[in-house]
Amino acid sequence: MGHKTPLFELHQELGARIVDFGGWDMPVQYSSQITEHHAVRHASGVFDVSHMCPIDLKGTRVREFLRHLLANDVAKLTRPGKALYSCMLSEGGGVLDDLIVYFLTDTWFRLVVNAGTRDKDLVWIRQQSAQFDVSVTELTDLAMLAIQGPEARAKTASLLSGSAADAAMALGPFFAARVGNWFVARTGYTGEDGFEIMIPAGDAVRVWRELNAAGVASCGLGARDTLRLEAGMNLYGNDMDEKTHPFESGLAWTVAMEPAERRFIGRSALENLTPSKQLVGLLLEERGVLRSHQQVLTPSGPGEITSGTFSPTLERSIALARVPAGALQHVQVDIRGKHLNARVVKPPFVRFGKSTLQIDK
Amino acid sequence: MSNVPPDLQYTKTHEWVRRLPDGTVEIGITDHAQHALGDLVFVEVPDTDKTVKVGDPAAVVESVKAASDVYSPVAGVVTQGNPGLAAEPEAVNNDPYGKGWLMRLRPAQGAATAELMSAAEYQKLLQTEAA
Repeated sequence: MGHKTPLFELHQELGARIVDFGGWDMPVQYSSQITEHHAVRHASGVFDVSHMCPIDLKGTRVREFLRHLLANDVAKLTRPGKALYSCMLSEGGGVLDDLIVYFLTDTWFRLVVNAGTRDKDLVWIRQQSAQFDVSVTELTDLAMLAIQGPEARAKTASLLSGSAADAAMALGPFFAARVGNWFVARTGYTGEDGFEIMIPAGDAVRVWRELNAAGVASCGLGARDTLRLEAGMNLYGNDMDEKTHPFESGLAWTVAMEPAERRFIGRSALENLTPSKQLVGLLLEERGVLRSHQQVLTPSGPGEITSGTFSPTLERSIALARVPAGALQHVQVDIRGKHLNARVVKPPFVRFGKSTLQIDK
Repeated sequence: MSNVPPDLQYTKTHEWVRRLPDGTVEIGITDHAQHALGDLVFVEVPDTDKTVKVGDPAAVVESVKAASDVYSPVAGVVTQGNPGLAAEPEAVNNDPYGKGWLMRLRPAQGAATAELMSAAEYQKLLQTEAA
């Protein structure tokens, strides 16, 4: 038996199939994964992401601490409420986790880290924070819901009173704010517009039902995975982990090497390496389904798929794959002994409901 | 409740077998199996004339989530893989005992078969698995 979120019993009542995810009993789908996927691309869907771990960091030196802890630079966060995506690296440059950090006040930042890494992350963050006199508090009385899709913001705001609804709708992309006793962020993991909200655990069931009543579809982790992969977003543990560094994980854009004097954890390791691998997108040009761990054959040597699936939007199979560095256009993937042709593409595959690729049907 | 037609035979691994008048057998996956797999997006059926043994992975059904082997419950030679499934893999979800059949094969002389169950026995298995 795994950990359960405040919504577990509701998921069962709604007929969800429950699977283990990072030690949590989570809904993988309610009716059809593909229907749930399309609901998010064309209307709206709600995901239970309460297994993820919000952590509050407080102290007068909290910004200085995060500039040391994270590979991206929180100095970019100048307006309260702004969020930033970052990797947290080991001294060796491996990815300990990827996370979102919210700048709330000069003495208060909030992190959201992955479920599977929460315990290890907390130990690491506490260890690193000691010299900065920053308090580290795991928030355990909250539920987290991701409401995603072109209609998601308006449907979510419809649950709020006038001024609160206005405040939520006024949030710019990648901004968050306290709205009554909700924490509302205009962030997500689907390639669509939407909100991620943190609410008191005791309100979660009521809010979920109200969202359903407003026409927001219940969506499971299955659809969340196909949506994030179409959006070209990495999944920790699949596409990167402690043994890989950001430059071979498609995450160079999240590492702030400037200013050079910011000595964040992992920096010297990154400075001393020449990436021999890269993470690329693949579009399968034949029938079949790309899956993680399938071997990729390229003119410059073998690679491996890190995440693969069938894309409901493109009706083709897509993947992220770690392959030798350098220019590549066409590769082959070994699927049960057959070598199938795939095209190397730059993720995302889908953005705001539309394909970013030229595909001959 | 899963649909379990009375006129077919079943395996523990959720395949069904239909004996056709010409002596060949038609094989597919059960309603229970298609439901458990979820939306199917790709089906790989065996080539004609391929020889299969009992328990060989003879076809592959892939949902959005995962690929699953379909084991041949009968030894023999494949007479046909269902050609319609390349364009319409969802037929296995929508009509698992009809348009969603996977392959037909001619059983080998004195062919070995896996232990096949009647519809009633298969129903009982599903109830045990659910409990």
